[in-house]
Amino acid sequence: MSILVVAEHDNSSVKASALVAIAAAQAIGGDIEVLIAGAGCAAAGETAAKVAGVNKVLVADNDAYSHDLAENIAALIVEIGSNYSHILSATTASGKNFMPRVAALLDVAQISDISGVVSEDTFERPIYAGNAIATVQSTDSIKVLTVRGTAFDPAAADGGSATIENLDIAKDEGLSSWDKEEIAELERPELTAASIIISGGRGMQNGENFALLESVADKLGAAIGASRAAVDAGFVPNDMQVGQTGKIVAPDLYIAVGISGAIQHLAGMKDSKVIVAINKDEDAPIFQVADYGLVADLFKAVPELDALL
Amino acid sequence: MKVLVAVKRVVDYNVNIRVLGDNTGVDLNNVKMSVNPFDEIAIEEAVRLKEAGTAEEVIVVSVGASACQEQIRTALALGADRGILVETEEEVQPLAIAKVLKAIVDKEQAQIIITGKQAIDGDNSQTGQMLAALAGLSQATFASELQVGDGTATVTREVDAGLETITVKLPTIITTDLRLNEPRYASLPNIMKAKKKTIDTFTPEDLGVDVTPTVKTLKVTPPSARQAGIIVESVEELVDKLKNEAKVIS
Ligand SMILES: Cc1cc2nc3c(=O)[nH]c(=O)nc-3n(C[C@H](O)[C@H](O)[C@H](O)COP(=O)(O)OP(=O)(O)OC[C@H]3O[C@@H](n4cnc5c(N)ncnc54)[C@H](O)[C@@H]3O)c2cc1C
Ligand SMILES: Nc1ncnc2c1ncn2[C@@H]1O[C@H](COP(=O)(O)O)[C@@H](O)[C@H]1O
Repeated sequence: MSILVVAEHDNSSVKASALVAIAAAQAIGGDIEVLIAGAGCAAAGETAAKVAGVNKVLVADNDAYSHDLAENIAALIVEIGSNYSHILSATTASGKNFMPRVAALLDVAQISDISGVVSEDTFERPIYAGNAIATVQSTDSIKVLTVRGTAFDPAAADGGSATIENLDIAKDEGLSSWDKEEIAELERPELTAASIIISGGRGMQNGENFALLESVADKLGAAIGASRAAVDAGFVPNDMQVGQTGKIVAPDLYIAVGISGAIQHLAGMKDSKVIVAINKDEDAPIFQVADYGLVADLFKAVPELDALL
Repeated sequence: MKVLVAVKRVVDYNVNIRVLGDNTGVDLNNVKMSVNPFDEIAIEEAVRLKEAGTAEEVIVVSVGASACQEQIRTALALGADRGILVETEEEVQPLAIAKVLKAIVDKEQAQIIITGKQAIDGDNSQTGQMLAALAGLSQATFASELQVGDGTATVTREVDAGLETITVKLPTIITTDLRLNEPRYASLPNIMKAKKKTIDTFTPEDLGVDVTPTVKTLKVTPPSARQAGIIVESVEELVDKLKNEAKVIS
């Protein structure tokens, strides 16, 4: 049994989410091959070869794969995909984009966002915004899976010595092209990698007030997140949204400030180890999942917290 | 051009779902059902394309039990022109839905097909991408802005690091993200008018699609519950607890 893990990378190294997908592959068991597709991605291939448990790294270095265009990446994976029992990627915006395309082209189902491996054909996954966990079994010859970033301990980035094979496959489907991006400069840890997160909701009132959270975040080495309401209102950019349809996080400490705790928000953070809620409404549902709740005006409490750290 | 919108009937997003005691699924008895929120956004975008003169006709399709007619009527009240129900009482999984939608796309020759980014029951986020694959078409997922040009569409997408803009060839499949638009409410006169619009009904067999699932749900369980926490009286107490009890800050 051979498993293919499609790894997200930034051309120089593989992302943490890919290490989680590799860990899920280890839980399934079998030979693990990692695909690095991109343009100028040889260095990422070398870092992938060092990941513990990886047997082989396939590097597809071609302009067609430069911006993760789903049509091209999917065509590449399908070309090599029938050799594998399982094809995995992380449940990231990129994985969610091309993996269902891969599954459909192979005429098999995809099992999205697995949170557990029961056996080689049976997996657990959250449904209804994490309010239920389904155990599902696939009868397809190839299992196409995306892996929840918070569900497995990442594979060790060092210790492996996989062979590297270059794939000379160019798949430019000519259906789409990449124009530009607006990417926020990251001064803090990435949300999905941070061990502490402080998030603001509609209660923050505006974008400027997020400076209150920034100051606390800097002292704690924390990432900053937000509720959908805060993003929709334009306080902060979309990449900060935590929840059912935003990022799924599970840090050691999650501090929710001025967030009511709608199920869609809880879906993204309720697996955090310790949850703190600061809200002036003592009936806010966020308190039902909080280990430590503070009923207070955030404009008083957050500066106090900042001063005490 | 024709615009096709896929609409799923799902448990309303405000409902707190309950897992059945025998672990066979979630309790759907007397639960409020609605149009999947992302599909409302899809309908709105399609109707705006019509209002802008880009589209001539907006067709909505739903796959499922006959009760899906309600959600199709909602879409018609919001401005879609006609509906298609592909009726089946069986459970239909994303790949099969995509096959059904492909048959409708072929039949209608739609240029733009809009689906939601994900259905909030199964949280799969697959159907649009699968449809694009089966139809051999381009895809623009998680769209927060759409501009239709001559033979192409330019789409801003919500990705993990922020936003990116791509250009796709038409026909194309777009999947909607939350910030693409703010759906309107249906007015009473439009709800009345919608009653007169046509809904054609087919079965998957009529379309030549085998919808037999390949993924079986063995059981459905509630997630592990969190232990009840405490309310602290002051910020000092909070900091003390985080340092000395939870030991998550130093
Ligand atoms: C399909 C769908 C998907 C969704 N996906 C997501 C998602 O991924 N993530 C997400 O977050 N939401 C999501 N939502 C939205 C979700 O339902 C809620 O609307 C949203 O989470 C509310 O955000 P909020 O808690 O910031 O705002 P509100 O619910 O308005 O809560 C604001 C809170 O701030 C408190 N507050 C106000 N002022 C102060 C103050 N001075 N001091 C202290 N507390 C104060 C209030 O008491 C209140 O509890 C989704 C909704 C739908 C329909
Ligand atoms: N039964 C269905 N009928 C019509 N459209 C559907 C159906 N299931 C899914 N879709 C469409 O596909 C989108 C994504 O669904 P999913 O892949 O299940 O998360 C939904 O937002 C709908 O637009």
